[in-house]
Amino acid sequence: MSRIDDYRRVASPGAVDFILKLAEQVKGRRFLHVTGGRLGGGAAETLRAEVPILSELGIDARWEITGGDSAYYATARTLQATLEGAERVLSEEGLARWVDMNGLNAKKLDLDADLILVHDSQPASLVSARTAGRWVWRCHFDCSSAQAGPWAFFRRFADQYDAAVFELPGFEGRLGIPMYVVPPSIDPLSERNRDLTPREVAEILGALGVARDKPLLVQVGPFARAHDPLGVVNAYRLVKKHHDVRLVLAGTADGEPERLELLSQLQEVAHEDPDVVVLELPAEAHRQVNALQRAATIVLQKSVRAGFDLGPAEAMWKGKPVVGGYAGGLAQQILPNVTGYTVHSVEGAAFRIRHLLNNPELIPRMGAAGREHVRRSFLVTRELVDDLALVIHLTR
Amino acid sequence: MRRAEKPFTFSGCVELRQTLDVHALDERELMHRLAEVPADSIFFHTFGYFLRHRSFTTAYGNDFARWAALEIGDRALAERLAVVDPFAFPTLEALREHLVTIVQDHLRGREADSRVEFDRGFHFQQSHVVEVPLGLAASTLVEFRAGLASVDESAIYLHTVETRARERRAEAFAEWLRDALGLPALAERFERIDPYLTTLERIRARLLGLVDATLDEARG
Repeated sequence: MSRIDDYRRVASPGAVDFILKLAEQVKGRRFLHVTGGRLGGGAAETLRAEVPILSELGIDARWEITGGDSAYYATARTLQATLEGAERVLSEEGLARWVDMNGLNAKKLDLDADLILVHDSQPASLVSARTAGRWVWRCHFDCSSAQAGPWAFFRRFADQYDAAVFELPGFEGRLGIPMYVVPPSIDPLSERNRDLTPREVAEILGALGVARDKPLLVQVGPFARAHDPLGVVNAYRLVKKHHDVRLVLAGTADGEPERLELLSQLQEVAHEDPDVVVLELPAEAHRQVNALQRAATIVLQKSVRAGFDLGPAEAMWKGKPVVGGYAGGLAQQILPNVTGYTVHSVEGAAFRIRHLLNNPELIPRMGAAGREHVRRSFLVTRELVDDLALVIHLTR
Repeated sequence: MRRAEKPFTFSGCVELRQTLDVHALDERELMHRLAEVPADSIFFHTFGYFLRHRSFTTAYGNDFARWAALEIGDRALAERLAVVDPFAFPTLEALREHLVTIVQDHLRGREADSRVEFDRGFHFQQSHVVEVPLGLAASTLVEFRAGLASVDESAIYLHTVETRARERRAEAFAEWLRDALGLPALAERFERIDPYLTTLERIRARLLGLVDATLDEARG
């Protein structure tokens, strides 16, 4: 577990002292996070770093999770998917069960705090049991294109909060409460982002079977159409006509039929072309992802639809230029011509990759600019500052 | 040199961003929304730009110009918006009026303008500034210099841009130099510094240069 002082060597100069000063204003306040689970990336990864630090800063910080039976989880997952815009079938019985189970969760959990931050949709209806404190719904996905019916149902709960927090302006759904913006962040000291020695990188790549005898183009992300891995293969093929490169596609299929089908197509491509490496990795393969990003010459994130995918921030933190799709939070992270390029097509991606390979002096220059950009804007220390400011603003 | 009875206390700040759920997907919508949004949103997208952006991203001067250039691809409008110096307007309403007029003039006689997808739209925001006392105080010019050199750069924004533009009062550093230390000439030089199209670190360097020159003069 990292301590606040550990961040002095990675955050911007003065950032930790600034956090200490900010925290003085809320010392002793009770700060509760509620999520649907403690595992996985995204909010949970940030909270694993942030909650112990908040406690160290003298804030009474706690983290609770909601739980239930399999029907509860199934409805929560389906509801979340509809709020993200997917077409799904939600039954009234299932929704009633979800509300009832959260009613039971509210009785079991200690929800007494000055500020209660409820993350995403699974625990959201806990707000119906609010007594004291300020309640904030923290949304970690893009709900601007939520299905109308499920949003109308969900809004009955969301509007009971004092405020909502979204990751980007434009990610919000229509609500009658103040809506703040706090972009997500990466933890530079986590297994996924911490420094690795060249030897560690070599060992991990060796174990994964990725040779480093030619420039590596690396995309990390689920084998899903939204991340366009087939488009990446096509861009690689255009580049390959001019440069002897290797493409590594690393990600998860999560047992979902559509993703498994895509994975199978990619494996077929890899079977025919030895310079295409497809790695199906478990979600907890943080060290392997870290090593792949560090070994990359150029990192690709050619998503066509994305929430605030932090892949570019992770890669830029490792000093890599990023060629990314123009979707969701990618365009917020990549500074065009400074830390990489945002592209709208397969041909555009290939053009930018060739441009970098033909002008190799740009690669370290953009990589260094990217690392500084992330240091200022996308480290957990910045999110901590935003969260503390939110507490101060909402509880004063 | 004189010792101030009332010390200058340095504070930094955090800008808590609030989305207004108001969006523009083309230039005409930008013009209409510009006319309607709260004045704080005009502040956020113009003056606030200097707190959020660093040297390699300040080329557009405000969020409206940046959007016109990067998302709409209208270099002409981007240029017209970029040259608007927000510090040149006495009130936010005057600044708003000028911005609306620029877009209106630009659109006059034009056919339908290009429309972007929602992802690439202009999303209006405003902000709440949370002050952070930094525990640093100065009673002399030498102490003031030491504080100025070491404070978080958000303090430079708060004591120069924020007090001058949002609170519409004299720039805080200059006010203290004039009133507490009796240094009107230095205060005037502070006020003449142009914060437009530069970075907070460059403003800090220029302020330090002015203080050093005054200290050198005093030492003979």
